[in-house]
Amino acid sequence: MNLIELIELVNAKIVAGNPDHRIIEKAFCSDLMSDVLTIDTDQLLLITGMANVQTIRTAEMADIHAILLVRNKKASPDMIKLAKENNLVLFETSISMFHAAGKLYTAGLKPVY
Amino acid sequence: MMTLHFHIEGGNFTNAGFASSQVKKTLKQLNIDSGLIKKIVIALYEGEVNIVAHALKGEIVVEISPETITMILTDEGKGIDNIELAMKEGFSTASQKVREMGFGAGMGLPNIKKNVDQLFIESTVGVGTKLTMIKQLDHA
Repeated sequence: MNLIELIELVNAKIVAGNPDHRIIEKAFCSDLMSDVLTIDTDQLLLITGMANVQTIRTAEMADIHAILLVRNKKASPDMIKLAKENNLVLFETSISMFHAAGKLYTAGLKPVY
Repeated sequence: MMTLHFHIEGGNFTNAGFASSQVKKTLKQLNIDSGLIKKIVIALYEGEVNIVAHALKGEIVVEISPETITMILTDEGKGIDNIELAMKEGFSTASQKVREMGFGAGMGLPNIKKNVDQLFIESTVGVGTKLTMIKQLDHA
């Protein structure tokens, strides 16, 4: 799925990065970064309510280039700065994790497992 | 042989991951396979977060040769009482603060073991812990 289309589906606001022509195939929902670090999948979207700098660091280490913050969590200036440094697309939505996941699953995004 | 040194401050979650990030950038510059880089930096990041989460302070030394990367993480702190137990998925002594940062689920050490070729843990209660992680680079 095209990242621009994905962002529109969950009514998200981009706070860092440029979705340009990125393609996302799978998504993983977790507030636990320890679990995110066990995933070895490319073209992955991370859906999380964990809004702190370590969310961005985790994505950096795991080669995740797109993060959706749910439940109206807001990215801090530090998160936005680090996301930009790592060429990561960070976007926020007010809807819940379940709601966002449901919309994206219905639209064809695949689970990791 | 290239050697990188980092000082890690215990409890400082703002900077946690800085060392791993620098190592990742260096490995990219050395044109190492991206799948291999991911495994190396995930192991290192887990170790770095462990120092921040559990120790007073620590040092990370990364030695890169054409064949091998060796990462030595030494910390001063409470140490690990039972290493066998610490290696079990789900076992954790992390504080509430660490859990609020999205860690402390007892996945760190098992995930390090999964991502490197060799892991050695030495620890003395009340003194500190030394992790040595080795990953082969030449048969990527």
